[in-house]
Amino acid sequence: MLSLNRVSKFYKVGTFGGKEMTAVRDVSFDVNEGEVVSLIGESGSGKTTIGKMVLKLIEISRGSIVCDGTDVAAIQGAEVKAYYRHVQGVFQDPFSSYNPIFKADRVFGMIRSEFFPGVPNSEWDAKVDAALRSVSLDPGQVLNKYPHQLSGGQLQRLLVARALLLELKILVADEIISMLDASTRIDVLNLLAELKGRGMGILFITHDLSLGNYISEKTVILRRGTVVEMGDTDKVFGNPAHPYTKVLISSVPQLHKKWADVEAEIQARGGDDAGTCLYHRFYRPTEFSGDTTDDRPAMIKVEDDHYVGCFELGQGICRV
Amino acid sequence: MSLQVSDLRVYYRSLAGDVQALDGATFSIADKEIMGLAGESGCGKSTLGNSLIRLDGRMKYVAGSVTLDGNKLPIWDQRGMNEFRFRDVSVIPQYAMSAMNPTRKIGKMTGELLESRGESYQDIKPELLRRLDLVGLQQDVLNRYPIELSGGMKQRMVMVISTLLNPSLLIADEITSALDVSTQRAVAETLVSFRDHGFVKSMMVITHDLSILYQTADSILVMYAGKLAEKAPTATIIDKPRHPYTKMLISSLPEVGIRYANKKLAGIPGSPPALLNPPAGCRFRARCPLAFDKCVEEPPFIQIAPDHSVACWKVTGSDA
Repeated sequence: MLSLNRVSKFYKVGTFGGKEMTAVRDVSFDVNEGEVVSLIGESGSGKTTIGKMVLKLIEISRGSIVCDGTDVAAIQGAEVKAYYRHVQGVFQDPFSSYNPIFKADRVFGMIRSEFFPGVPNSEWDAKVDAALRSVSLDPGQVLNKYPHQLSGGQLQRLLVARALLLELKILVADEIISMLDASTRIDVLNLLAELKGRGMGILFITHDLSLGNYISEKTVILRRGTVVEMGDTDKVFGNPAHPYTKVLISSVPQLHKKWADVEAEIQARGGDDAGTCLYHRFYRPTEFSGDTTDDRPAMIKVEDDHYVGCFELGQGICRV
Repeated sequence: MSLQVSDLRVYYRSLAGDVQALDGATFSIADKEIMGLAGESGCGKSTLGNSLIRLDGRMKYVAGSVTLDGNKLPIWDQRGMNEFRFRDVSVIPQYAMSAMNPTRKIGKMTGELLESRGESYQDIKPELLRRLDLVGLQQDVLNRYPIELSGGMKQRMVMVISTLLNPSLLIADEITSALDVSTQRAVAETLVSFRDHGFVKSMMVITHDLSILYQTADSILVMYAGKLAEKAPTATIIDKPRHPYTKMLISSLPEVGIRYANKKLAGIPGSPPALLNPPAGCRFRARCPLAFDKCVEEPPFIQIAPDHSVACWKVTGSDA
């Protein structure tokens, strides 16, 4: 449904924009109907940049993002509005997503005036009511309230409800639960899983591996703007191929396993091939000198639905 | 016993009245013990940590006593506490990133800090360099400005400075929350090594993240809405918690390996009470599935097993 094809984003930096900084390089993956794809990376890995490109908030430098046959970079004017009917985002900080001097349900009014100007009151109220109930909010408790009167979890769910008023196909959820309290965040996560059950595609952006592992079918691991590993969540977490993924998984604080044990487990499973680049074991260009990043594949398949990138990221050529 | 706190009450002044952020805390930390202090935002965990070193202008000492190594700490007395700060009680603040003076080179700033305590920078410098080595920082960081260091480096630098005079008690307030997973692990392991090297005698690690505590702490104290809920050795809290809040909190945390498809986690419905006029009795009552008539009375924080204390009528009362 949503398909990214070798998407890159460069920024001009330095005096007079003399230098180029790569925020995202050659990222390709698909988000299908009823699927949660989690985009996992540490700070500065470009995960939010990808989300913003999907939402057409920033331009794409190279490559293409296609949603249901529409090239996102090419659309303009009324087409953009049509695109936003199907693709919406929810962001990290629920408190700064609202204007504090207006009531929180104004976000619904804005959707109405933009997208549904002709809908009569009674029909609209029923629609809002249904959207609120589907995110397990009691309309009486949240309508007509100011943002400071609601909790972070309620505000975040209101934003999801707002997106549901449209004929939503893709939801970009950028760190939507990292600001919420532990006892309520799981409810928002379960809500995303329910939406997935209704056929929505969700791009779940997070730095927290355990959250990505909990809800997603597909996992994409990013490092410094490049995908290092992606594929089926069970395969990526159960049998990590890239050394960076292994480091990430062994650094996640777990509740019932100590760090040292997790590390030993990963070592025991794949100790022999540590060091050799899996990417180049499968992909051997005849002439190394002509092997530029531009024409070689970004990822190599290691097993069904499991891909890995070069171990030596953006550092020229990795010689095996 | 290195630290003993008994019935400590610290409120916040506000125009509407006193906010009872810390309402009767009684516990102790043994020598060589790393105690984790966990809870959701607004439960009073930072208030407890701050009150042991510095009460800010809005905080009001109401009652209780704090004894460290046999000396009573005059926590209500800003000047009187000066004698103990940095030397006996030290803190790694929540935002270590911005804890250092941006206009001074780090070495100079450290020197000034030591002089303010009547210590000589030159005498301590060899030990300082040794400890920089230990946390993996190069000696030339002392000639650099804080802006030249990355987040993780600044965090480790602040940790070294805070513990330079070998304080008896170190308070670490959410020091891992803003870091990436791999840095998080390094910082947490450094904390433990500080205890092992004897730089600090005992430690209080404040965080909302129970999994970090499982990796580092010897015991965990769980707070809820300004009250102590449960304290026990780490393994007991994680594997055999008794307080309903601890149980529900732990069962709501996603972990690597738990998938929505296989095991749906549930959050805790409702939200914590406002602390301006908190309800009488157990403060978790409104969200607790086990609540009964007795809960309108305040449950005492009682020891139910060696090193295991709980404040819940269901656990300590006659119908336990």
